[in-house]
Amino acid sequence: MSFRLVLNPIKCVAHGMCAELFPERITLDDWGYPIIDPKPIPKSLEDHARRAVSVCPTLALVLEQEARAKA
Amino acid sequence: MSTGTSNTGTATLPAAGAHPTARLLPPAAKRSLAEHLEWFGDLPAAGPALLGEVERSGLRGKGGARFPTATKLAAVAARRRAVLVANGTEGEPASVKDVVLMSHVPHLVLDGAVLAAEIVGAREVILCLKRGSPVQPILERALAERRGYGYDAIEFRIVGAPNRYVSGEETALVHWLNGGDAKPMFVPPRPFEKGVDGRPTLVQNVETLGDLALIGRFGAAWYRSAGTPQDPGTTLVTLSGAVSKPGVYEIPLGSGLGDVLRMAGAECADLAGVLVGGYFGAWMAPAAAEKVRLGVDELRRTGGGLGAGIIVAMPRRGTCALAEVSRATRWLADQNAGQCGACVNGLDAIAGAMETLVAGDRSGQAESLLKRWLSMMEGRGACKHPDGVARFVASSLRVFQEEITRHRHAGPCRETGAPVLPTPKTGGWR
Repeated sequence: MSFRLVLNPIKCVAHGMCAELFPERITLDDWGYPIIDPKPIPKSLEDHARRAVSVCPTLALVLEQEARAKA
Repeated sequence: MSTGTSNTGTATLPAAGAHPTARLLPPAAKRSLAEHLEWFGDLPAAGPALLGEVERSGLRGKGGARFPTATKLAAVAARRRAVLVANGTEGEPASVKDVVLMSHVPHLVLDGAVLAAEIVGAREVILCLKRGSPVQPILERALAERRGYGYDAIEFRIVGAPNRYVSGEETALVHWLNGGDAKPMFVPPRPFEKGVDGRPTLVQNVETLGDLALIGRFGAAWYRSAGTPQDPGTTLVTLSGAVSKPGVYEIPLGSGLGDVLRMAGAECADLAGVLVGGYFGAWMAPAAAEKVRLGVDELRRTGGGLGAGIIVAMPRRGTCALAEVSRATRWLADQNAGQCGACVNGLDAIAGAMETLVAGDRSGQAESLLKRWLSMMEGRGACKHPDGVARFVASSLRVFQEEITRHRHAGPCRETGAPVLPTPKTGGWR
């Protein structure tokens, strides 16, 4: 079971805290909005991902379980 | 605009495979139910076999995404209390194929809506048009005629939707039908899960419904007898720009773009470039356009798409292609729904950089920024508007590179010529 980050771009208003807490998967564009790397997150980075999700003031970022056996 | 279709000279449906074909668009309009039935024949009931027939036909949606229709139908059919939304909003400014189809064969579209509703178990059809559409009275007359004969067991409602560029996107349309702004929504949930009034909703383009009405009558094998094995059937295309016979044509899928342009009176060699797929499609250089086939996968491999079947020929002389693309890019940027940061900021910046290219990007800085921003747009919005605009602009940089260089040294063209890319006035979101 692995997770990946999903952003709701309508909710996001570019606080940018997520990128600070999880630069391994989140960078900011030239206007401060996050660019999410959709790659699955290894166990070793899961805590960082959870922290990034938890600080989002607009709840725009979620950790989604990878659908298993998706062709 | 005129419609260009061939007359096979018989009252029955023409043999498939002829080029050009006349399946969806008969040689003359069939507006009354009597004319319609005389040309197309009676509409058989949907029956349990129709979904399989649609799957075998290989029909893909004609609204722009070219998604397999049977898959979409099956997803809604598996759920209860479904609603059907027939999408005739046609938000692409360079497209008129849906309006032409609905005005020529209104009953064919309504037949298809009835079949689709039967397949998914919907009792209600909402037919969405652009607000103030000239086809609304035609469709209302057609519906009144059908009611007079007690023809349908389905309840129809016609509504005029906002005419913003992204308002016809299915989540935007559903949100508006539910009382909100006609702006795209984050998915999931997709309309097939939770749509109009929270019910499973099938949103289907009106041309796709016309195809369903043909498949319901003549079957999958007949449908596949036009086009190619990979791209079966026909599609409507709207040709405009530097063509002597602009208008809506019905062509077999997989037709050569060079042949299609010649049909409308243009030679690829005389053009600066060809836009295929509208404002979320891609520009092609004349030599590439001459060779490409209008197939869904083939166009995707070139980095473009067939979209809603829009083909715009950019003339080599008399019009500044770069100024045209820039003007359309600014219009597209202004069409953003104000929801997603990358779209609101990115498209405005991209449009600004395009304006600098037109004025003459002496340092080359605007072009390198433009390339950086274009690479940041993929998958950044709730809908695919930023992706589509990025594809449109990035392809223009490849095709019109010579013009960019010329502008860098000589500045903007003194005469920009008549506009080739339409940028209509649009209203509000409700």
